[in-house]
Amino acid sequence: MTLRAYLTAVILILLASLPARAVEVQRVISPGGIEAWLVEDHGNPIISLDLAFRGGAALDPEGKEGLANLVSGLLDEGAGALDSQAFQALLSDLSIQLSFDAGRDTFGGSLRTLTENRDTAFDLLRLALGQPRFDAEPVERIRAQILAGVRRNAEDPDRIAGRTLRRLFFPGHPYGRPVDGTPESIAALTADDLRRFVARRLGRDTLKVAVVGDVTAAQLAPLLDKTFLALPAAAAPARVADTEPQGGGEVVVVRKDIPQSVVALGHAGLMRDDPDFYAAYVVNYILGGGGFASRLYEEVREKRGLAYSVHAYLYPQDHAAMLIGGVATANGRVGQSLELIRREWARMAESGPTAEELASAKTFLTGSYPLRQSSSGRIAGMLLGIQLEDLGIDYINRRNDYIEAVTLKDARRVARQLYREDQLTVVVVGQPDGIKATREAPDGDS
Amino acid sequence: MRAAAPMHRLALPIRAGVLTLVLLALFAGRPQAKVFEPETFTLDNGLQVVVIANRRAPIVTHMVYYRVGAADETPGESGLAHFLEHLMFKGTEALGPGEFSEIIAANGGTENAFTSSDYTGYYQTVARDRLEIVMKHEADRMVNLRLSDELVDPEREVVLEERRSRIGNEPGSQLWEMIGATMFLNHPYRRPVIGWEHEIRRLSTEGALAFYRRWYAPNNAILIVAGDVSAAEVKPLAERYYGVIPRDEVPERNRVEEPPQHAARSVTLESEQVRQPSFSISYLAPSYNKDAGRHAYALQVLDDIMGGGATSRLYRALIVEQGLAASAGTHYDASSLDLTTFVFRASPRIGIEVDALEAALRAEIARVLSEGVSEAEVTASKRRLKALAVYARDSLSTGARVIGAALTTGQSVEDVEAWPERIDAVTAAQVNEAAKALVRDTHSVTAYLLPKPTT
Repeated sequence: MTLRAYLTAVILILLASLPARAVEVQRVISPGGIEAWLVEDHGNPIISLDLAFRGGAALDPEGKEGLANLVSGLLDEGAGALDSQAFQALLSDLSIQLSFDAGRDTFGGSLRTLTENRDTAFDLLRLALGQPRFDAEPVERIRAQILAGVRRNAEDPDRIAGRTLRRLFFPGHPYGRPVDGTPESIAALTADDLRRFVARRLGRDTLKVAVVGDVTAAQLAPLLDKTFLALPAAAAPARVADTEPQGGGEVVVVRKDIPQSVVALGHAGLMRDDPDFYAAYVVNYILGGGGFASRLYEEVREKRGLAYSVHAYLYPQDHAAMLIGGVATANGRVGQSLELIRREWARMAESGPTAEELASAKTFLTGSYPLRQSSSGRIAGMLLGIQLEDLGIDYINRRNDYIEAVTLKDARRVARQLYREDQLTVVVVGQPDGIKATREAPDGDS
Repeated sequence: MRAAAPMHRLALPIRAGVLTLVLLALFAGRPQAKVFEPETFTLDNGLQVVVIANRRAPIVTHMVYYRVGAADETPGESGLAHFLEHLMFKGTEALGPGEFSEIIAANGGTENAFTSSDYTGYYQTVARDRLEIVMKHEADRMVNLRLSDELVDPEREVVLEERRSRIGNEPGSQLWEMIGATMFLNHPYRRPVIGWEHEIRRLSTEGALAFYRRWYAPNNAILIVAGDVSAAEVKPLAERYYGVIPRDEVPERNRVEEPPQHAARSVTLESEQVRQPSFSISYLAPSYNKDAGRHAYALQVLDDIMGGGATSRLYRALIVEQGLAASAGTHYDASSLDLTTFVFRASPRIGIEVDALEAALRAEIARVLSEGVSEAEVTASKRRLKALAVYARDSLSTGARVIGAALTTGQSVEDVEAWPERIDAVTAAQVNEAAKALVRDTHSVTAYLLPKPTT
């Protein structure tokens, strides 16, 4: 999973809250001023750390798309005095899991270690962030792997649908570009570009750290200084313009010789800090949220057997907010599926949820939150997401109140504003019957 | 929000049984960590119950595994085990279609189900005080499923759409089906779990109910509860809800066996949907349960040495040193009721021919056969594998999934718990012997996933 997808999941997860007993979040501030949020859990000799710097692939310079992503593949491929194989051998011999990931809005990292190797693990993280080598062999090797990955995804119907929708949403904006870059831009990236990225982007001022597991606050504080204090105090200034999804009402068909059409659709959603976000979240759970209970699931799958998967989700990013839906149906029946989705979209706008639907959505959303504490890594991801969204260290105790506070009146008002069937941008990949395209696919995918 | 220590640390009881095990291990002079430390008991009707404590959060995962999967279907009805799994959500005498799911959601729970060749599983994750609710209804649908064509017909369409998503739109999955059907000449593992499309179309309500009545019974099931719970708490609930279900006749799982195989096989799929080529070599391999040569543990060490991550032999040779591959690795899973496969795979860097990469990969296989693995490689690998057992304890569901798969494929809880010891006992000589027994061209399928040449 990309960090972007991961953080999206995290954002959704954050919409539910924990009972008081479950998690005690400590704010640990090191002598040098590095802050981390910690949940101690000494049940297993394992430590999980997640980190993120604000600013991700959306900041890749024009023509250098894929820069953040290439860096993310190379930080653990040699650092300090250790060349790539020596670095990887240490990770492997000590069973330390270290990885980095470029999202559109963040550059993230993840460390998992056994307690007995804690100091070495943090030291390898320090080296990876502060002294990556970018030797020629690993640079070319990881570049080749990314190029192969881009080629592998080139004809994948889900990927085509997703990136075509993004191109339509964000023409001329960094959000419209692929995080991985293009074959041309990936080929053009140099070791100097990589070094410049590390020097400019990985600043302590945008760093967020979350730690879960077998470590105390007293042990963690000095480790934070050792690991992060040598990083630049501040990242270079950078800005991504705020924007809104474009392309309202367009229908695009990307012709592919496959038996099932894949549909991605959507329009503008709500930003995470919008006061109506919780109402939108609850309403969208009713329309197309997870589990086996949603209007779309009932109409498209249960009643008519038109699809295995049908869904809708809110996708707020730092500079634009989306509401996205999807379905996959046999070519001959995809027109019917799309018609049903449009109908439900319009019906939700017109009359909103029923009181009963709202009540059961709240029961599920408030009750299911503790289920997310299923591993130390997942809890670390949650803590990181809360920090990135600036929700406050006590958020997990307040969050159910936000859900409970959504009234039927709010829900209906927000539904009316949110769901705009005539504004849906629709991408269909396959050989669909009964779908009329209103325009050509944007360049790069046909 | 500051606290000296999270409260749940204090909730962890130190059980006498665990302490005894640790002491025994110490006295044996070789302290060896167990894996999940589960508690087990069996009800009078034959239902085996496993409880795995994980006290991090006040939640439980409740799973029921049945010892039946796609390999137990009658020829001509492929996909039936999986189809029945979908239909198990359609209601009972007591609950209407989808009502169990509504009850779970109303209690803030999540759920799903899965089917493999050897087992079918259903699970819910809920707050610990909701365990009884999901137990009651899971027990209900063990024997009281109600189906009608009206409910079954649209679900068949759902499964056909699932097949289109997973297989029809995915050339790599289509090739995987061909590999299975070629690897196994006679054994039902040759059939895809989801079923062949033309046979899914013919699956009927009566057929699903007959399969259900034949296989679903407490004495053919395993109940696993993982999370903030003890066996003492689970036992009375299990007795109340599952214990009242009578034992039933369940057929032996006597699957047809593979004949001797005499020829190396190869399959090729060319598609316009493929831009990045790849290939694999699969060898027929022992599982824990069908392991006459006692190679299953040694093969896991071989799997790690050859294909486990960025310091493995294939990664170093094909990707780093020779620069031929973009990716390379191996796959082996011994949790299978009958014979399984050991797979080598690789995908070339752009500009490299598949043939050249294949030759290099076969050279690495030949090298391990002629020169063997070193003691140092085996020692490092065993340390990595044993660390995995520690990481496996972290997640709420991992233990339940591992034990569920084990108990439905001929393994015992003791086998799972002894895994670190048995891995630790593997020697370089055993790995080399296992590799020699594994690599037989006559028992292999080489598969190519290639772009369609433009003419």
